[in-house]
Amino acid sequence: MANGTWQRILESDLVHYYKRDKIAIAASSVFLVLALMALFSPIIAPFNPYDLTQIDLMDSEMPPAWLEGADERFLLGTDDQGRDLWSTILYGMRVSLLIGVCAVLLQAAIGIVIGLVSGYVGGRVDNILMRIADVQLSFSTLMVAIIVLAIVKNAFGGETYSNWAMLILILVIGLAEWPQIARTVRSSVLAEKEKEYVDAAHVMGFGPVRIMFKHILPNCLSPIFVIATVQIANAIITEAALSFLGLGMPVTEPSLGSLISIGKEYLYSGSWWITLIPGFFLIIIVIAINLMGDFLRDVFNPRLYKG
Amino acid sequence: MPLLSIKNLSIEFPGRYETDYAVEGVSFDLEPGEILGLVGESGAGKSTIGNGIVKLLSPPGRVSRGEIYLNDSKISDFNDKQILQVRGSRVGFIFQDPMTSLNPLFTVENQLVETITTNLDIGPKEAARIAVDLLDQVGIPEPDIRIKQFPHQFSGGMRQRVVIAIALAGEPELLIADEPTTALDVSVQDQILSLIRKLCHERQVGCLLVTHDMGVIASVTDRVAVMYMGRLVEIGKTREVLTNPQHDYTKSLISAVPRANIKVDRFPLVEYIETTEKGLKHIDVSSHWLGQGDRHEKIENLLEISNLNLSFITRDAILAKNRKYLQATKDVNLVIKAGESFGLVGESGSGKSTIARMVAGLQQPDSGSIKFAGVELVENPDRAAVQKARQEMQMVFQNPYSSLNGRMKVNDIIAEPIRFHKLAPAEQVLHIVGDLLDHVGLGRQMGRRYPHEFSGGQRQRISIARALASRPRLLICDEPTSALDVSVQAQILNLLKDLQDELGLTMLFISHDLPVIRQMCDRVAIMRHGRILETAETERFFEHPQNAYSIELLDLMPRFDVIYENEAAAQP
Repeated sequence: MANGTWQRILESDLVHYYKRDKIAIAASSVFLVLALMALFSPIIAPFNPYDLTQIDLMDSEMPPAWLEGADERFLLGTDDQGRDLWSTILYGMRVSLLIGVCAVLLQAAIGIVIGLVSGYVGGRVDNILMRIADVQLSFSTLMVAIIVLAIVKNAFGGETYSNWAMLILILVIGLAEWPQIARTVRSSVLAEKEKEYVDAAHVMGFGPVRIMFKHILPNCLSPIFVIATVQIANAIITEAALSFLGLGMPVTEPSLGSLISIGKEYLYSGSWWITLIPGFFLIIIVIAINLMGDFLRDVFNPRLYKG
Repeated sequence: MPLLSIKNLSIEFPGRYETDYAVEGVSFDLEPGEILGLVGESGAGKSTIGNGIVKLLSPPGRVSRGEIYLNDSKISDFNDKQILQVRGSRVGFIFQDPMTSLNPLFTVENQLVETITTNLDIGPKEAARIAVDLLDQVGIPEPDIRIKQFPHQFSGGMRQRVVIAIALAGEPELLIADEPTTALDVSVQDQILSLIRKLCHERQVGCLLVTHDMGVIASVTDRVAVMYMGRLVEIGKTREVLTNPQHDYTKSLISAVPRANIKVDRFPLVEYIETTEKGLKHIDVSSHWLGQGDRHEKIENLLEISNLNLSFITRDAILAKNRKYLQATKDVNLVIKAGESFGLVGESGSGKSTIARMVAGLQQPDSGSIKFAGVELVENPDRAAVQKARQEMQMVFQNPYSSLNGRMKVNDIIAEPIRFHKLAPAEQVLHIVGDLLDHVGLGRQMGRRYPHEFSGGQRQRISIARALASRPRLLICDEPTSALDVSVQAQILNLLKDLQDELGLTMLFISHDLPVIRQMCDRVAIMRHGRILETAETERFFEHPQNAYSIELLDLMPRFDVIYENEAAAQP
């Protein structure tokens, strides 16, 4: 039984085209390596950047190991507080990925339910939900996030904010971007609900919830996967941008964005690595995710000819 | 010297798992002025031959072997540039759908003149004169006025005439017509076919006519080549092949065409194409779960529809008087007796499917009443009774490719209604599903597969098994075979007949295909513009139609007379 499912996956178009798409293989390998590094950062990293006892301000702004004046303990140098940059990047990637994935899970949960209901019920409900989505989309995510985060920060004070920063970021990014997924789901629901298997389900007397989730939703999954991948990259960028503006993760638990932000003040004093190295990792992660998204879109779109 | 000579042609499509041989070792000749029919079912490779001749194969398809000669030039060796000289000027093409094969942004004159000046060494003025002349020849009235018009100003049949004019514009030696009448109404089909025939004979142009329709073959071709799975199984004079087929496939293909003249019990000889699994357990309906539904009291009229009305808004407006409506059904009355098979016939848009959808509860009528086994279904406050009644009617849909949920296994598809309505104890469900699969001729081991692994006919069997899983009393079949090949259609119709006999099912059978109705139904109602024009016993309807429209429809019904004549001669 499990064997059959495995067989089916191995023989699927997805795996077939994956095997012959070098870019997809490269992108997903890079992503996998980075994700594993982030996941196991407590084991891999030589230092724990959250542990204040391991930080010595005397070590601050050490250059990477291959430059003059480097300390061999710090492979990629240190930041302004004397944290090992390599360890901090690993921990920061973990924060960035976690926020990205969780925010998209939240988006997907909201977007799928609203998109399904909107497309399936149609009529007035559809109109209202989609106009709400339009209004939501007409505010830039960054603008909404900045306003919300600034209000929260001022209302509860920096201390409380720092403690809850990750959760708040996930909520803000998740809530701001659900219309992307809702629209995608709605358009596939509109196409699927015209098909006769939905009529057949009606004739057999099934209720609307069962038809929506058991019959229509599984047939809409492909576009959801595609857009979710791209949305993870977007969420990571949004988080980085917010952190760069000082509204994201606090300095004590930096994400890639906060690291870049910390480094920008030292860019002209010669300590370029504090900004550029985390920036490089951010770019690599986002490009890898976007390339995987492109690959999924190509496979799931049957109108593109695949040689 | 033949006009077109194909020798040992093979065309292959290298694919993901293996190379697909669409055409294998096909050889035939075509004389000038002759119409050769290329007949076969979907996937037989007949269109591929037509496209292969002028290298219009869609990638990755390619000619792997064989030679093609057109009047002594070996066009199979031509490169891309040389073959351009062949297309249009030496070989003309007529495509299936005249709605899409003309460019909607150019006038007919533009398109004709462009073809003429490209292919013949003629200036635009002279070309325009020839264009008018061509339109006249294909039977378009007032050609000098019509030529200035755009394609959308022509009807379907007229457009196909324009397509033929364009195909002839380059004065080709060979005409390839790929399903030229499939997208047209029956009445127009006849005119187009006789036009092609007339033009071919007058101009001594050879024509390769690709079609799946034996009626077309019988009425227009001189010779016919029968294709089966990429191979040529039989070729000969049309009359001889149709009346005295040699190959088993040809025999089964001919026997599968529903007959318009008499009713037969079953379609014979149709097992050739898609054999059902042998040795399946045939369940004894009287003792099986399938036959043991709730005991129903005898009821004479299972379904009574009275004064059923439904209109769709075609233009909405705030003021009621400005709204425009399309009357989908108008005062429809009909009664279906328990155990009978009732046919609903009409052209597309006549409202027959809408009635089925209203009966099945997929559409709410504006007014009127639908009574099923005595229970009113329209606006009945007793939801439970309606729900119960609905459960006893099931539907088989037209398109087998979209009527099954592709993400569920066949077992789950069929089991779902049994589980949902708790019709059987949970531990028995899979056993019952297996029995159903056996019974519809698929075999229980097929239940572990997904729908995409099956052919259209097999999917329709799954669809029927799913409908049976609710133990219905009324089975609504909405064009159940119109998406299927004719031989598979015959098998599915046989299956439906058997099931009806065994289970005493009542059937509402909807079709636009009169011969199919004749084979399947006891009584028939004919619909047009949302109204029922005539209701009669099937035999009486076909022999003595009362309504003028019925007479007209019956007159246009595609006939297959050659064979009937022959049979009549054989039975003195």
